[in-house]
Amino acid sequence: MSLPITASALAEGLRTRQFSAIEVAQHFLQQIEVRDGELGCFLTVEPERTLAQAQMAQDMLDRGEGGPLTGVPIALKDNLITHGQRTTAASKILETYIPPFDGDVAEALVSGGIPVLGKTNLDEFAMGTSTENSAYQVTRNPWDTKTSPGGSSGGSAASVAGGLAPISLGSDTGGSIRQPASLTGTVGFKPTYGRVSRYGLIAFASSLDQIGPFGLTVEDVALAAQAIMRHDHRDSTSLLDAALKPDAFKTRSVKGLRFALPSETMGEETEPGVRTVIESTVARLRAEGAEVDEVSLPSLNLGITTYYIIAPAEASSNLARFDGIRYGPRADAAGADAIISATRGQRFGHEVKLRIMVGTYALSAGYFDAYYVRAQQMRAKMAAEIDALWSKYDAVISPTSPCVAFPIGEIDSMSLKLMDFCTIPANMGGYPAISLPAGLSKGLPVGVQLMGPVMGDEGVLSAARGLEQLLDLNPMRPPNV
Amino acid sequence: MPISLDEVRHVARLARLDLDEKELAVFQGELNSLLVHFQDLDGADLRGYLPKPHAVALSNVMADDVALAGLTREAALSNAARSRAGLFIVPTIIEE
Repeated sequence: MSLPITASALAEGLRTRQFSAIEVAQHFLQQIEVRDGELGCFLTVEPERTLAQAQMAQDMLDRGEGGPLTGVPIALKDNLITHGQRTTAASKILETYIPPFDGDVAEALVSGGIPVLGKTNLDEFAMGTSTENSAYQVTRNPWDTKTSPGGSSGGSAASVAGGLAPISLGSDTGGSIRQPASLTGTVGFKPTYGRVSRYGLIAFASSLDQIGPFGLTVEDVALAAQAIMRHDHRDSTSLLDAALKPDAFKTRSVKGLRFALPSETMGEETEPGVRTVIESTVARLRAEGAEVDEVSLPSLNLGITTYYIIAPAEASSNLARFDGIRYGPRADAAGADAIISATRGQRFGHEVKLRIMVGTYALSAGYFDAYYVRAQQMRAKMAAEIDALWSKYDAVISPTSPCVAFPIGEIDSMSLKLMDFCTIPANMGGYPAISLPAGLSKGLPVGVQLMGPVMGDEGVLSAARGLEQLLDLNPMRPPNV
Repeated sequence: MPISLDEVRHVARLARLDLDEKELAVFQGELNSLLVHFQDLDGADLRGYLPKPHAVALSNVMADDVALAGLTREAALSNAARSRAGLFIVPTIIEE
């Protein structure tokens, strides 16, 4: 049986009974079985669990219940807590962790009748931009399996690009949804901070972390976002007005839209092939009657530095909970300190230890004011520069990533850290931002990013749909899928 | 100023990370290459900007005083490395 590839078409087929939720789940489980040995997207797949959820979805459909995506299966990044299903954050310190509860997004998926296909690979604790920092496996980009799908949500991005899942969820602390979307030719969306509950997201940097979806079209990510955006009293930063409004599903014509293009994102750090695609996108927007102005956001040049103080500082505090006492394996040693230090020393990977060390240093006596407080002031300055744009512009447009997919194992960890300068600003100010395919360079996808004001998710999604229609590239698939 | 090996050892101790001498040396190099970038903030003019600890400004709200179910004792202990009689077994922290 041949199934449509987008989530919206699958949902339509399920509602009109062209196929059942069981058949859809079986199809994707089969794709995982056939292709995941090569791609390495999934850390945990439990077909019986998925099929039981698909049966519940079909029961909902049969009763005429459910939501817009009932019966359409989804893949979840393995830092999202799922009740009774192993959740590792790709770390050896959680190798045996079976959560005794569901996170808020997992609960929302259950109540929406959206079966979970499995848990996807990531950089350990979401710290990385290549998914090479997983303690378990490397994930490969379906466009070229010698290249990385980006990260940290590389498994979620590659599963959608490779046809192993129609939609997936990731988390984004400095670009971990948008950059892998860019590198895999998928659409990735980070909602406004506080519109998706972080209850049940294994914390990396709490003031920056946000959950969001991947899909093959803007409509698909809007549908997936709608399923998980809601207020949750268990997350103290959850916004009361979190639910996605119907305006998100309109297509805004790009004619008359006003875009700001920060010159800092189009300098030498961005490779020529990416600049060419973005320049051609801008030219097409202008030809259609959109206004695109080059602007300067000088603070962007300090974005990476600011991020690599704030995020590790928060991480060093968040990861203090992994002590071998309440969950995870415990090392043998004499005395409490020795047990905790040995457990953490043996079980955390190198990059995680590095970031804990950086954060601990930045927060330690004598350095707190010089580093952490100044970084937070810089964060305020960056947000102020960006907020000043919203009276004149509907969205900020830029490349998502300064490069296309890069070869696995060939980029050093410092160079990987420098790749996030286009995506970090959205996390600093809590802004909604989306990456969608804009073209190819060297035969590999290039993503364009649109960022809007806080609570402007609906505007970002509807503008992205206008741009998607203009570019006419979606759903984009790798040549062999 | 570059971070010394003794400072790296001190930070590892604060972070409760058991690292051997070889690892300490590797982290010393990596920390120093990151700290060089941290100096970039020194030149920034940040007068007038209050530290921004959160992405989106929030005002406090009062929650209704409603009792909600939490984890059962069995569920809370289900991932513990060691437990007995409904309790976490923790290392001794007070010596005799």
